[in-house]
Amino acid sequence: MFKRLGDAGAALSFTVDGKPVRARAGDTVAAALLAAGIDHCRTTPVSGAPRAPYCLMGVCFDCLVTIDGVGSRQGCLVPVREGMKVETQEGKREAGR
Amino acid sequence: MTGASDLASTCELAVIGGGPAGLAAAALAARAGVQTVLFDENPGVGGQIYRGITASPIARREILGDEYWAGAALASEAKASGALIVNGATVWGLDRNLLVSVSVAGKARMIQARRVIIATGALERPFPIPGWTLPGVMTAGAAQTALKAQGLVPDGRTILAGGGPLLWLLAAQMLRAGAKVEVILETAPRRNWLRALPHAPDFLLSPYRSKGLSLLREVKAKVQVIPVSAIEARGKGKLEEVAYVAKGQEQRVKANLLLLHQGVVPNVNLALAAGVAHRWNERQLCFEPIVDSDFATSVPGIAVAGDGAGIAGGTAAAERGRIAAIAAVHALKPGASTLDAQTVRQSLQREEMGRGFLDWLYRPAESFRQPVGETIVCRCEEVTAKQVRDMAAIGCEGPNQMKAFLRCGMGPCQGRLCGLTVTELIAEVRHTTPQEVGYYRLRPPVKPVSMAELASLPISDSERAAVDGRR
Repeated sequence: MFKRLGDAGAALSFTVDGKPVRARAGDTVAAALLAAGIDHCRTTPVSGAPRAPYCLMGVCFDCLVTIDGVGSRQGCLVPVREGMKVETQEGKREAGR
Repeated sequence: MTGASDLASTCELAVIGGGPAGLAAAALAARAGVQTVLFDENPGVGGQIYRGITASPIARREILGDEYWAGAALASEAKASGALIVNGATVWGLDRNLLVSVSVAGKARMIQARRVIIATGALERPFPIPGWTLPGVMTAGAAQTALKAQGLVPDGRTILAGGGPLLWLLAAQMLRAGAKVEVILETAPRRNWLRALPHAPDFLLSPYRSKGLSLLREVKAKVQVIPVSAIEARGKGKLEEVAYVAKGQEQRVKANLLLLHQGVVPNVNLALAAGVAHRWNERQLCFEPIVDSDFATSVPGIAVAGDGAGIAGGTAAAERGRIAAIAAVHALKPGASTLDAQTVRQSLQREEMGRGFLDWLYRPAESFRQPVGETIVCRCEEVTAKQVRDMAAIGCEGPNQMKAFLRCGMGPCQGRLCGLTVTELIAEVRHTTPQEVGYYRLRPPVKPVSMAELASLPISDSERAAVDGRR
């Protein structure tokens, strides 16, 4: 859905569901997922429908992902870091995460 | 980076939100000698309009335009002013005693302020069309954020839909960045002109005129614009095509990305949770806090500045921030020298001049605000328009009762993406007004907080003794 303009920002890598993904310093987790072409970042607890980032400004909560073991983080508000472990979230947040 | 443990337990002025209003307010107050803390949720200041202003990877400045880069001065003034600017700080509570609850990097603190300026700005009005929850459907503001802060442009078949100044600005910025826009589906009703026309003289004298008209020309030279009366996003698991009705005929077009926008509305959650009185604005079709000429609210010590006090745009937001800050300086440091409020009010008046025309011209159609059938209203809890309408028809009188029946507004977004729709649907079905129906009752925390964050709050000896009984 999105491509990068030019080549700004130092490259870094993180994982999504264990698979390595490239990002740029200055990306938020949600932006990095969009740039990497990830088609959804969670499924809803109600119907299991897939969702992807919608507002990118912290209000819609559709970009919820598990980051470094902590569930339901707003991907659009968290800067991506080298080695970060991001997991897509299926349905409800798991207890204890 | 300032962390939670670096924060003092008190401050003179807390400014919440680092967009134009918050930056201008914090800079003015701190320069006048007020001890000021600015909390901003994003990784960098600028708010949405100047998103990424201190770290944007966009090298070709003409892509975003001079008006965007003008935000750099606000950011550097705030930085140089001596105000403590805390980014990555989510304010999740504010009460009538001006106690500010905030989380930074997973740790919470409560800070007692003597004055508070809420500058939490605006968010995009809900755009409840069939399929708006599909991956591949986003807000126009989201695409603009990705462009400003991360240098990302839409790739593949992209359609813009809706109306309002931001939609045209985004289209122009995308085109300058080399992205392609398949078509723009224009949803504002043609008859809006009738109500906009009396405001045209003010608009013609306002700063909006020249920039607005040149944007329209720039975009219309390159992209087909089709007036439509209905839009639907379709696809299995992600957006595949957009269907629309133009001149009574249904058309379909393949799409990878649909960007929606029908104006912005005040982000009322924090002010409502603090007990600030609000009212319905019929021209802008949203709730807004009741403020006086200093942007003071019904709660003593709390002001709401910027678009959070009613939509007027980014440059007006900065002037509003200054006016609220001047009032705070007078209250906290009587005699301190600061800007003359009258001069700022005059600039504000100029900035607000063209607003009436734009509000009426781009006032969204009922059909795009009051959906029917299986269209999702509450994205979090997946509650449909039919469910809300049926419940209103059998006697549900307000949004709070609706929560109990359907759970709408009870998901993590706390009504931000459904509140206005639910209020308007109830008003329509029950033949009353949004003012009468009211809005969700909001309480802190206004953003989800984890138990670990709460557990990180400092505990005093007397609090510990009260729980474990030991002395």
